[in-house]
Amino acid sequence: MNLQNILNEIEKVDADVIERLEHVSRRSVFSNFLKKAVVGAAPVAFASVLNKAYGQNNVVGEVLNFALTLEYLEAEFYNKSLESGIIPGAALPYYQQIAKHENAHVALLKSALGSAAISKPAFDFTAKGNFPDVFSNLQTNYAVAQAFEDTGVRAYKGQAPRLIPFPAVLTTALQIHSVEARHAARIRYLRGQKGWITNADRGNLPAATQAIYNEDEKAEQGGVNVSALPMVVSMGISRAAVTEAFDEPLTKEQVLAIAAPFLA
Amino acid sequence: MEKLPKDPTDVRQLLTGRESAAVGRRMFMRYLGATAAAGVALSACTDQIVDPSASGSGRAGFATVDLGDLGSNDVGILNYAYALEQLEAAFYTQVIATPYTGITDGERMILRDIRDHEIVHREFFKAALGSAAIPGLTPDFSSINFSSRASVLGTANVFENIGVSAYNGAGQFIKSADYLTLAGKIVSVEARHASIIATLLEPQGTLFAGDNIIFPSSGLEEIRVPSEVLAIVAPYIKETINGMQSARRA
Repeated sequence: MNLQNILNEIEKVDADVIERLEHVSRRSVFSNFLKKAVVGAAPVAFASVLNKAYGQNNVVGEVLNFALTLEYLEAEFYNKSLESGIIPGAALPYYQQIAKHENAHVALLKSALGSAAISKPAFDFTAKGNFPDVFSNLQTNYAVAQAFEDTGVRAYKGQAPRLIPFPAVLTTALQIHSVEARHAARIRYLRGQKGWITNADRGNLPAATQAIYNEDEKAEQGGVNVSALPMVVSMGISRAAVTEAFDEPLTKEQVLAIAAPFLA
Repeated sequence: MEKLPKDPTDVRQLLTGRESAAVGRRMFMRYLGATAAAGVALSACTDQIVDPSASGSGRAGFATVDLGDLGSNDVGILNYAYALEQLEAAFYTQVIATPYTGITDGERMILRDIRDHEIVHREFFKAALGSAAIPGLTPDFSSINFSSRASVLGTANVFENIGVSAYNGAGQFIKSADYLTLAGKIVSVEARHASIIATLLEPQGTLFAGDNIIFPSSGLEEIRVPSEVLAIVAPYIKETINGMQSARRA
């Protein structure tokens, strides 16, 4: 497990990362010592401090490898889509932008996991024949893209509570989670769908994708029946709109069941 | 339409300061100014927001709201979210009440959806917090030109991006798994809003997940800690909101 790399990556683009994550320093080895170690470009000391904080943690490794699996899937999908030549010029800028992010996520997670990183699985993007023309039919390609992005959002969300003891890793996961949501909305809009999910509506995707949207129609949150709140009622806000306002998590097992047909 | 500046560090550096509310406000204004210069936003109102002293916090006659130490206080974090949702809900309520010139049916539908979502978020936090909720806040939108599409969508873009970065930055301080999940349920919807608003501003481009917001080398979205966010939104709220995160979690 090489958690040094994940912070090093962030450090490259966000020089304040140590300060932002300073609460990690509830173990006194951090704070000023860590800042000096980073400023002084002493990566060995940095890694040593992080290893003391996180050790060889199975939860972190398991969550990050789960995330890496999904990112492998997405990255290869967009890479192959761009290679296929079917993406029209108007859609190229955001397909390329999304591909860039998914490939960066793969690199980041592999770097963080080091030797613990799983290898890239072999994928079947037809999902056992459900999407036979995924790289020759544009609408099928967009449909698979939406399926992957909406799954990714729910998958990261489901893992967040497990990362509470590891704030730096949690923050990184949240920083990926919101990017997946941006991608999802853009692809949905491209397909003529709302950017957000209404009820458990799969938005004109094939029935094979329904598991991605199941249980997303909740209007009760945190013990509050939101659609019955007085102001929500008086503003005429529908129950469907309430369900749009919250994206529900999926468990790891639910996500793996969704992803299974895409594994060769 | 020109794209946002290619060098993402331009904008990011403007937004990382947290020395004081005044600095935060200045940076926010420079960000708005930069956005306007890039042709997407707020050309009608930049002259109204360049003076930090004119729109500072602590306005006479308005209360000070103390969120407590957000590093060790989940209720404080929920109130922090409640404050941001109040701001967003008020903004979109005004947008729908006084639509900008030339608004299309499609845009009106999107903005009405977003207004509804933000009201839902606001009312949810209010109900969940019960007697622990902070008071209703008074928005100050005097710097926004609601008749201008560029001003409205440019401001919406900024608000949504700030909202996402605020939730992303606050997650690490939340101790309750239930609250963290709830924040997660909301932040991805805010990110969906951000993506669609950006798409209205730049239909064929990459602003929906732009290099100014997503670090290109890591694919990670920016984060902001509460003190940064509160400084940035201060010009838009008449009450003064105090909230700091401690350096340690309890």
